[in-house]
Amino acid sequence: MYISANCESLDLGPVKRFVAGMLNYLTLILGCQLAGELAVRAAGVSVPGPVLGMVLLFCFLLARGSIPKHLATTADGLLNHLSLLFVPAGVGVMLHFRLIGNDWLPIGIALIISTVLTIAVTALMMSWLSKGAAGND
Amino acid sequence: MTEFGDIWVYLSASPLAHLTLTLAAFQFGAFIYARGKLNPMLNPVLIAVIIVVTVLLLTGTSYADYFDGAQFVHFLLGPATVALAIPLYRQFDKVRRSALAVIASILTGSATAIISAISIGYLLGGSRDALISLAPKSVTAPVAMGISEQLGGLPSLTAVLVIITGILGAMIGPFVLNLIGVKNWAARGLAMGTASHGIGTARAFQVSELAGAFSGLAMGLNALATAILFPLIWGLFF
Repeated sequence: MYISANCESLDLGPVKRFVAGMLNYLTLILGCQLAGELAVRAAGVSVPGPVLGMVLLFCFLLARGSIPKHLATTADGLLNHLSLLFVPAGVGVMLHFRLIGNDWLPIGIALIISTVLTIAVTALMMSWLSKGAAGND
Repeated sequence: MTEFGDIWVYLSASPLAHLTLTLAAFQFGAFIYARGKLNPMLNPVLIAVIIVVTVLLLTGTSYADYFDGAQFVHFLLGPATVALAIPLYRQFDKVRRSALAVIASILTGSATAIISAISIGYLLGGSRDALISLAPKSVTAPVAMGISEQLGGLPSLTAVLVIITGILGAMIGPFVLNLIGVKNWAARGLAMGTASHGIGTARAFQVSELAGAFSGLAMGLNALATAILFPLIWGLFF
């Protein structure tokens, strides 16, 4: 957000804008993740570091009361391609198919039915409860 | 041929080739997905995975070698999860107004996921290891692996099942939601995130930011809910 005043005399315009822009917020995002990872290790809870990092960043936004423009740009850049980030892990799946081995039929059927049920139950519960609450949207 | 061999040796040792392969395969998947008007059956992750696996098998490349390059993409999952705070903040008014409904729905969904997976797997004769590894399938991979290991499951099997569930949920979720007539984006997003974690959340973001924000929230809360509920439910069953 800020850079020390003695830079004013030099022509650091582009550098300053870059630091004040995406770079600052990329550091903030990584910092939140790192703090999350450290807190998880220290407390030994079974929540992943990045999820705790998300909570930290959310608290930062609550305290600040608005989203800095360049933070929004950085975050949207990451989230617009969220699907892509699952490809390396997905490739790992195909090569480990033999782990499913003899249990492929019960596992496959359980996966499909359980996923359908989970989606249906969660969505119905949520739309039923939010209708009852206030009738808003 | 020798020259080509030299180049091949150089490329397979550098992360560049596998990184490019990952991006190109995904671009192709995203192109098909966009051409198909975001039809969930044309899931870009699935298309990209099939292409990459085919190329790896044809060139005899091991997953470890591939991951040396692909890890740079994989690494960004952490920062992207942190970045979910932004859409969540944008939709915070809506989330706050329905906080109780959100928590109740995720708890119900989490219990449904665990109980249905264990009981169907059990009825169809799945082994004990398979059942434990199956139960946390709807939870984001790092947590699911931890939960599975804690109760004596196989973390690597769990990781496989988590990814399959994610792709499955992103593909069939929208049809299920249309079938049961749920049009509310908050409820649709919440269901996608609870059942199919980040891959469901990615799909939710592609169709609505409101759905994406609720999906990301559900992903985080379901990780917590399953970590607490699964040991209790497993204790009741066995």
